[in-house]
Amino acid sequence: MSFETPDLSAALPELWLLVATCGVLVVDLFSSDPRRTATLYLTQGALLVTAVLALATQWGPAEVAFSGHYVVDSLGAVLKAVVVLLSALALGYSRPYLGERGLLQGEYYLLTLFASLGMLVIASGASLLTLYLGLELLSLSLYALVGYHRDSARGPEAAMKYFVLGALASGILLYGMSMVYGASASLELGVIADVAANHEDPLLLLFGATFMLVGVAFKLGAAPFHAWVPDVYQGAPTPVTLLISTAPKVAVVALFLRLFVDGLGPLHAELQAMLLLVAVASLLVGNLVAIVQTNFKRMLAYSAISHAGFIFVGFAAGTEAGHAAALFYTITYSIMAAGAFGLVTVLSRAGLEAEEIADLRGLNERHPVYAGVLLLVLLSMTGIPGTVGFYAKYLVVQAAVQAGLIPMAVFAVIAAVVGAFYYLRVLKVAYFDRPEVGQDPEALPTPGASAPIRSLLVINGVAVLVLGVFPERLIALCRAAIGL
Amino acid sequence: MIELSDFLILGALLFSLGVAGIFLNRKNVILLLMCIELILLAVNVNFIGFSAALDDIAGQIFVFFILTVAAAEAAIGLAIVVVLFRSRGDINVASLDAMKG
Repeated sequence: MSFETPDLSAALPELWLLVATCGVLVVDLFSSDPRRTATLYLTQGALLVTAVLALATQWGPAEVAFSGHYVVDSLGAVLKAVVVLLSALALGYSRPYLGERGLLQGEYYLLTLFASLGMLVIASGASLLTLYLGLELLSLSLYALVGYHRDSARGPEAAMKYFVLGALASGILLYGMSMVYGASASLELGVIADVAANHEDPLLLLFGATFMLVGVAFKLGAAPFHAWVPDVYQGAPTPVTLLISTAPKVAVVALFLRLFVDGLGPLHAELQAMLLLVAVASLLVGNLVAIVQTNFKRMLAYSAISHAGFIFVGFAAGTEAGHAAALFYTITYSIMAAGAFGLVTVLSRAGLEAEEIADLRGLNERHPVYAGVLLLVLLSMTGIPGTVGFYAKYLVVQAAVQAGLIPMAVFAVIAAVVGAFYYLRVLKVAYFDRPEVGQDPEALPTPGASAPIRSLLVINGVAVLVLGVFPERLIALCRAAIGL
Repeated sequence: MIELSDFLILGALLFSLGVAGIFLNRKNVILLLMCIELILLAVNVNFIGFSAALDDIAGQIFVFFILTVAAAEAAIGLAIVVVLFRSRGDINVASLDAMKG
């Protein structure tokens, strides 16, 4: 029996990131610098090179490699570049926060790198096995990151909840995968798509698809499977919350596109009702419960649930335009979430997390630049024209209308209006409320971050505005990635 | 001869037990880890049953990967349990209630 060596160059970005991660591991082991400067720069360099490699070597028509378990295509290239850039952005914000709390260790960077590697594997997965392994590499790294601040009161509890519900979601997803495997006799998504298209009685496939959809909705934090989202967002260290709310969202959208478009695409008509149900539930729960929150991170968690609802509206449309809109929505939402959590990270210091909405009182008087970033990010989450959030919502609703889902589109617009209430309430606190009389000025949140991180935050805020005025290129990129 | 349906019924029973255990258990976090293992093993039973019925080896390969990942998952889970115990002195599910709303 002969053994053919597969062409490893197909997975160049993943291989590079794996080798670089091992390199960072060794360098960090021998580094005595308490500020971990070498580790930080090497990590950021490795991630940026991965983005370049993904776009340079993988953009193009789809090619299947590694016995049908791995696909090289434009969608994967874009997803990989976005995912590693968002991970690099999250790491960029994190150093002062970690340093002040004595958490600045190499493990933080390594876990982020391994999570990024898992996300890359998802982006290129062409079989159930590859997708599962990528998802687990991502999830296991994130469980550890959420519990990273061992001495905090809430960190371990959040990690435990995330672990149990995340593992349950993986189990449900796997159970669905086993059923789909039984129905199609193959793990490869291409074969599954053929079987799904030519099946006279797709009952077993639909049974499996339902479980898989529940698993994906869990991982994306969509209602009614959102129980973990608020606790994890609130309990995790803010830079970790920043990471969780950005790159993994894109990775789970990749997981959905691979499983339910590349694989079970022919069954969309049967699955549409479920997608609509998840979208409506997420919009309803996210927007209504966010109104009563007093903790800013928790409010953003419920806002994330409602944004997951919008992403599912794009999925439910089921057209290529709908998928491109969902992808665009996820990428732009990630940029906004990075700005919002980046602001909380920058404003906090040891002993003051600055995560209550009340902590933002009078922010405009003390730090107009940061208040400006908050203004841009929250207006964009609301969907005000002129910011990128408007185009994200517009494209999703347009796709839903074109697919004939008029009631869904109307409901999404109403939900966006309800959502405006709690975003604008935070802006009111930041711009018009005064800190309590007699409060020690030392106890107010003050940006203690270094100049590069402050400028990173400002760039992040301005990006929301610039993309809102010139969204064409990013929209074109998303459409090209989907194949429009 | 064991039929495919026997495998699937066993898998479904184990899976339901695991999920029910996660939602009903109010006592010990370790039990949650056991329920998660039970879910993964139920999936393994399914894969092996299908693999034998379809005469396709891929399902059995998948099982090896699931077993490996389950071990890694248990390691992370137990590590979190240790951290939880050190920070609050007990590992009751009912006491995981610092965050609400």
